[in-house]
Amino acid sequence: MKTVAEFKIHYRQILDPRGKAVAPLPRFAQDTAEVLRMYRAMTLVRTFDAKAVNLQRTGQLGTYPSSLGHEAAHVGVGAAMRPEDVLAPVYREYGTQLWRGVTMAEILLYWGGDERGSDFAVPRQDFAWCVPIATQTLHAAGAAMAFKVRKEPRCALAYIGDGGTSEGAFYEALNLAGARALPVVFVIVNNGWAISVPVSSQTAAQTLAQKAVAAGIRGAQVDGNDVFAVREVVAEALDAARSGAGPSLVEALTYRLSDHTTADDAGRYRSAQEVKDAWALEPLLRIRDFLVDAGHWDSVKESALQDECAHAVEAAVNEYLATARQSPDAMFEHLFAALPAHLREQREIARKYASRPSGP
Amino acid sequence: MVEAIAMAHGWEMQHDPDVVVIGQDVGANGGVFRATAGLQQRFGKDRVQDTPLAEAMIAGMSVGMATHGLKPVAEIQFMGFLYPALDQIVNHMSRMRNRTRGRLSCPVVIRTPHGGGIHAPEHHSESTEALLCHIPGIRVVCPSSPARAYGLLLASIRDPDPVMFLEPVRLYRAMRQEVSDDGQALPLDACFILREGSDVTLMTWGAMTIETLRAAAELARQGISAEVIDLATLSPIDSETILESVAKTGRLVIVHEAARNVGVGAEIAALVAEHALYDLQAPVQRVTGFDTVMPLFRLEHDYIPGVQRIVDAVKLTFAD
Repeated sequence: MKTVAEFKIHYRQILDPRGKAVAPLPRFAQDTAEVLRMYRAMTLVRTFDAKAVNLQRTGQLGTYPSSLGHEAAHVGVGAAMRPEDVLAPVYREYGTQLWRGVTMAEILLYWGGDERGSDFAVPRQDFAWCVPIATQTLHAAGAAMAFKVRKEPRCALAYIGDGGTSEGAFYEALNLAGARALPVVFVIVNNGWAISVPVSSQTAAQTLAQKAVAAGIRGAQVDGNDVFAVREVVAEALDAARSGAGPSLVEALTYRLSDHTTADDAGRYRSAQEVKDAWALEPLLRIRDFLVDAGHWDSVKESALQDECAHAVEAAVNEYLATARQSPDAMFEHLFAALPAHLREQREIARKYASRPSGP
Repeated sequence: MVEAIAMAHGWEMQHDPDVVVIGQDVGANGGVFRATAGLQQRFGKDRVQDTPLAEAMIAGMSVGMATHGLKPVAEIQFMGFLYPALDQIVNHMSRMRNRTRGRLSCPVVIRTPHGGGIHAPEHHSESTEALLCHIPGIRVVCPSSPARAYGLLLASIRDPDPVMFLEPVRLYRAMRQEVSDDGQALPLDACFILREGSDVTLMTWGAMTIETLRAAAELARQGISAEVIDLATLSPIDSETILESVAKTGRLVIVHEAARNVGVGAEIAALVAEHALYDLQAPVQRVTGFDTVMPLFRLEHDYIPGVQRIVDAVKLTFAD
């Protein structure tokens, strides 16, 4: 009997949980300013996230999915992408979006129930949040097809969660990307839990990265709490895609330290010990330790950064809270390029029965 | 209402070993709305299964399970996530009996939350029942109270054919009612008259029964006697009850949260136009959601019809 196919999945880690380099540092990690920029981004999104949860708890925001624990995965991906690339997010990758220019006020507007949050001032060509699970992977493949057909040197990058890898659309996207050698990278943020369902209930596969094998594309696993490793692996995948070498699938292993959303209570289905263990591996610790060990960070700088982030978040919250709700006309304005006649009539009805006085 | 739904599951699982519950987060978590709370602890992991996250898979596996001895009760977590399952529902579940000349059938219930009004995120406030009502071979049911949720869910599980069971999210926790856990089903394919009246018939279903009953109370204060009918089974429609009521009142106003265009209200209006045109003393009025995307929650109450819109529409039927 002969073997007709074999596969290996490599796992990449650069910083161990104590911030010690266990592999050669990539060039960007030797640039202190760049490392500080990533650490600041991770700290900012952590600060923002805590505030957003607090806003929901106090009735000032709708249901909100926290990104707590995902900072390295999200910032690492953001730092690996180029501005002209296109992001197809799921709905909690704020670290990537902030890096790319989405504002905290926009994120709050969206979760505050206002469509204007999805109208990013920057980056204009990124997709908006994608709640129907896994559907965005096909959009990224389609965007990559557009880049290929139009001969634009750009890449698309789609996020997906561990639960999302059970959806048909995910496999369809991988297959299409492989069959057409599309410039697209799929990043699975494997945080262990799809609401209450653990990865072990989603699949019998040893890794999610190996889902790439059946599609004939590259698959790699990376320590998703290690921002250096995430950035390096995703940058390599994007470089390959940009140079015509086709798509990749990257599985970033991390942990959802929060509930699924503010509407969830993870205490119903997972143990406190598991969460406690995960906190020991959380991503900010190790990059901070790395910076301290290198002599670039101390408690004074940390305190200044915390203050700076808190102020930035506060300003965004104020901007969000000061944004008056849209008038009922907003329900109709963007449905079509030009409003059909029957909707003009319905708009009149909506105006007549507007539930509250509308803002400016 | 959510407790009544969990209770109906429990009764039927206790009394029929072929009933199984499947879906995302229905097990240890008891469902994101707690509609399956406690069932996995009570009936085990074979009969209450958290599935992988894939809606088309849930519908497709239901077809396989139902054609081979089980009675799956599947939860699709939100109506906005139902659409990948439509391929299986339209092409297989709804027509299995017909295309095999009765050899195989699909006693499946697919439950899914319906409608908005609870400040939910995007794609979590859908009321696209008209898509489902257009499919031959399935029933579409939408309860409007805890007692009707209990009785209609039991009837749906016991029905030998597929049922889409739409649960209005506004009613999950808004309405408290003692429901006796006696295993008594309520009839499918039948309307429920929620309030008797003689001047105008108000047809509605699901959460819109709240505003419609309030409108009827307001109309009563103004001297108009409104009959309020809960359609309950949206497909097939109980035409007899509707036509009897319209024959009595001579006026019809249809209220639904879903968009107007080709909505279920249009079917009711057509039914009355075909069979009771000469009973009508005024044109039929529809009070519905707009033909636009359900907005995010800051505007959702500008989308969902309010009491005043219903009252005004009724008054139009009294205009000279």
